[in-house]
Amino acid sequence: MRAPALWRVAVVAEVRQETADARTLVLAADGWPGHLAGQHVDLRLTAEDGYQAVRSYSLCAPADGARLEVSVQPVADGEVSPYLAGEVRPGDELEVRGPLGGWFVWDPADGVPDPVLLVGGGSGVAPLMAMVRARQGAPAPAPLRLLHSVRAPDQRWYAAELDRLAAEPAGPVVDTVYTRRAPPGAVRPPGRLTLPDLERPGWRAQDAPRCFVCGPTAFVEAVSGLLVEVGHPPDRIRTERFG
Amino acid sequence: MAVISRGFHGRRGPGGDRLPPGQYVTEDFPVLSAGPTPHIPHDRWSFTLTTAAGEKRTWDWDALMSLPSETPQADIHCVTRWSKYDTRWRGVPVDAFLEGVDPDGTYVLVTSYGGYSTDLPLADVTGGRAWIVHEYDGAPLPPEHGGPARMLVPHLYFWKSAKWVNGMRLTRTDEPGFWEQLGYHAYGDPWREQRVQGD
Repeated sequence: MRAPALWRVAVVAEVRQETADARTLVLAADGWPGHLAGQHVDLRLTAEDGYQAVRSYSLCAPADGARLEVSVQPVADGEVSPYLAGEVRPGDELEVRGPLGGWFVWDPADGVPDPVLLVGGGSGVAPLMAMVRARQGAPAPAPLRLLHSVRAPDQRWYAAELDRLAAEPAGPVVDTVYTRRAPPGAVRPPGRLTLPDLERPGWRAQDAPRCFVCGPTAFVEAVSGLLVEVGHPPDRIRTERFG
Repeated sequence: MAVISRGFHGRRGPGGDRLPPGQYVTEDFPVLSAGPTPHIPHDRWSFTLTTAAGEKRTWDWDALMSLPSETPQADIHCVTRWSKYDTRWRGVPVDAFLEGVDPDGTYVLVTSYGGYSTDLPLADVTGGRAWIVHEYDGAPLPPEHGGPARMLVPHLYFWKSAKWVNGMRLTRTDEPGFWEQLGYHAYGDPWREQRVQGD
């Protein structure tokens, strides 16, 4: 049996609140074979009577031994996400398998100096965060910009860490677009992500960035459409969608 | 020993015999694709069949429309675990494109605008089990769902039903397609839960 097909026990090591209702679970899965930033994992939950449910979640941190991180936004009426985002506590056990998905990945050690443009909608920032974090450990990392679209300031995931990284010399560029409510003093009025939000020197089509877009389908359709429209070659744009 | 997730009860849906293992039923029609959606106008669309010997036959949009169509209704199953019941399509059975072709080759590699590909046994796209469809639910197939035309192979996981189809090549050996090269299962039978290599 190949490694991705094998189920492994994972113990919840730590729980971090990201927003009022979303949280990050840190799991410890002995024997985890490692993964690339952008890959995902299957989580399997088993009830006492043996009933099982499996869902895929993007890993939001790069490979680090047995340690895995996933962030979960509870979906109203969801079967699994309300449990993961509300009930689970350190010491609880579930099962994982993976890594899964080998396309929506970025390896900062691949030696390609091209800039990287990450565009996330809502919880679609999760696999992009793995890429931001993976870059931190890389020698001579490529210029990286994360553009995150959220409804309101209190909906930003990983906010403190992203702001800290962005303030470092040679850190990533982190831009946030607010669609419903902007923070006090913001120049840009709230609204959907548009072309001027995407265009930034260093990550324009002529800069030939590798683009990764993740979020709800309508968001990914709109953003990837805009990127193609301004000249990014379709084969430089990788997408991941949900819903 | 089974790992029990404390406090997890789950919601046992009325799956019955109709729902493959590990799937849940959705009323939505989620979209999954690896890159931007290609927008192919009808006058630039074509479908090319290439035999194992290298012989080619091409159909343009009008030629596709002139072939007798069928209206398959099917349950579809995505490897990301959603299933959707009773989807309604209109399209041309793959058999129609293979009429009079020397069936040299045991596999096919289906190719798409945008660079996607997927491999299947020839036997799984013939005998009325696969179509090139261009309507969904009585309307032209929208681009995000694979329009103007996509494959429909409902008995396998839905990544085998390539969107934006533009060709099919008969091969003598199984040549892995896009997801198959990235660790997904070569065959993809939802009833045997063949999601990734090793399943």
